[in-house]
Amino acid sequence: MREKLQNKNLWFSSATTILAVVISLLIAFILIMIFSDNPGASISDLLTGPFSSKRNLGNVISMASTFTFTGVAICIMFQASLFNVAAEGAFFLGAMFAAAAATLWNIPVGLALVVPMVIGAVTGAIICFIPGILKAKFNADELVSSLMLNYIVLYLGLYLLNTYIRDPQFGALASYQLPAASKISNLIQGTSVNNGIIIAIILVIISYVFLYRTKTGYSVRVLGQNKDYANYSGIKVAKVIVISQLAGGAVAGLGGAVEVMGMYGRFQWTSLPGYGWDGVIVAILAGNKPQIVPVAAIFLAYLRIGANVMARSGDVPSELITVIQAVMIILVTASALLSHIKKKIIIKEALSDGQNS
Amino acid sequence: MDKIVDVIFSIAFLDSVIRVTTPILFATMAILVSDRAGVLNIGVEGTMLVSALAGVIGSAFTQNAWLGLLIAILTGMAYSGILAVCHLKLGTDVFLSAIALNLMASGLTVFVLYLLTGDKGVSTKLPSKVIPNVHIPVIKDIPVLGDILSGQNALTYIAIITLILLSIFLYKTRTGTYIRAAGELPQAVETAGVSVKKIRMLALLLSGAIAGMGGAFMSMGYLSMFTKDMVAGRGFIALAAEAMGRGLPGLSLLSSLLFGFADALASSLQIFNIPSQLTRLVPYLLTIVALTIYAAGEQKKRKKL
Repeated sequence: MREKLQNKNLWFSSATTILAVVISLLIAFILIMIFSDNPGASISDLLTGPFSSKRNLGNVISMASTFTFTGVAICIMFQASLFNVAAEGAFFLGAMFAAAAATLWNIPVGLALVVPMVIGAVTGAIICFIPGILKAKFNADELVSSLMLNYIVLYLGLYLLNTYIRDPQFGALASYQLPAASKISNLIQGTSVNNGIIIAIILVIISYVFLYRTKTGYSVRVLGQNKDYANYSGIKVAKVIVISQLAGGAVAGLGGAVEVMGMYGRFQWTSLPGYGWDGVIVAILAGNKPQIVPVAAIFLAYLRIGANVMARSGDVPSELITVIQAVMIILVTASALLSHIKKKIIIKEALSDGQNS
Repeated sequence: MDKIVDVIFSIAFLDSVIRVTTPILFATMAILVSDRAGVLNIGVEGTMLVSALAGVIGSAFTQNAWLGLLIAILTGMAYSGILAVCHLKLGTDVFLSAIALNLMASGLTVFVLYLLTGDKGVSTKLPSKVIPNVHIPVIKDIPVLGDILSGQNALTYIAIITLILLSIFLYKTRTGTYIRAAGELPQAVETAGVSVKKIRMLALLLSGAIAGMGGAFMSMGYLSMFTKDMVAGRGFIALAAEAMGRGLPGLSLLSSLLFGFADALASSLQIFNIPSQLTRLVPYLLTIVALTIYAAGEQKKRKKL
């Protein structure tokens, strides 16, 4: 019976999410028809652009891999009902410290891949830990503190980059070249898809097991659903908050490390890359479930690449996609409420069924 | 060190403190009115950005800075109105919707700017107007003080007037009382036969109007054009300023000034070979410290009760 209820609910929430996505795409089409001189071509580019070349399709996959890291990170943190958006800073500084470790230390070849990744993960964990501990200890609002923290991390990172690992021979502000042993190798020739995607998939599995198959993961979800209940049932709320934020931060930081080691030869971001916010969008689309993150990530990446193709060959700027994303987030969160109501109705029905029989 | 003190007490520095405080003060008031109604508007950041562009476009097409300001205010209300409808009618989480609107503002402004000018970064191609500076008679003749208090942008004085009007509105009018009650004891408002949702809707629209003025100041006072992502976190800093000001208009003015001071100091310190990246992170660091101290104090107070 319970399983049946859960299935019904899952079906309802996926149906409403898909409806939200369809509505936002329709809005996109309407906007294109208004602003484009050649709407047919623009819409077709948006929808099929990713398939126009092997390179574009590869970009969808590698971008989805990046979104998976930050998406999973946000899922873990949001599951604890903490609006910690420091994944953005964690990703940035994780990448930066991984690059610093790879370029400054003489790491033996056998460890040259692992050490920068560990450094990236630890860096990310520490960053997301800060809003977590401030919330747990002092009840400081994590949304505000993590927003501020992202700026601090950006400027601190730029300072360190400029002072310690800047390559003076290079034209722009960038780190030294990463040694070959610290680069993640390519997976599919002629595309940007690299072996980092394997790490992303493993992370999805680990975080699913963590959230749904371990006691700590259960505590995280209970805390997220009802803080008072978590308190009364003897869950150490402060500890669970800290663990979930550390875990989410580590995933984001590792994502940053994999990004710089797989996609670039040097660290050269001079502003926050925005992948943390993409992670928020992915997590919302995935209903904070890590196992659905890859699907949501591929979908978002597909839209982004499609929009790029559309902007390159037509007259509609790719920023159109930010409007669509916002509509999607709003509609999905609105339907999340709908599914909550639906759940209540189902439970009520089930209870009356029980009384009748 | 003496040099730093000299800078801080220079007329130019105090003048710049007032200039950089103005948008923070607008944003703080916008957040304050929403917070008092019990719906914290973290979308102020995006609202200001959209209004900043609307002001530039409006003033360019009407060739009148004040009409530009009006259009910025109306745009701010409309943008906040979207948040209000999403949260109050569709029942979305107010934080998530506001995050969505902030993300959208960043892209939407570039989208519109590109369609109008073919440029994705700045609005220099639009012949937009600037809100004038105001020289106050009598005060402008006072030595030193006159140089600081007079000759500021008209919107800076409008910010002060708005603050006074907002205090009167919140504490001396019936609607203002309902707004405060909607934040503290929504049941009481319902008991009085007034819809909490309507009161919150009103508060969010007011919040949008004030944020709209802040946006207009950014592109028609602080700078004389729109640039991509020009609000640059001021809406978020204001969240902390409002929290530190405990939602009280007077205290919020002081905390806005504190952040304005930190911001101005960050730019001034660059003269002394302190790396600019480090000085630029100071206001954000200060925000976290202030937020934590405030929250810790509140927590202690609650434990005593």
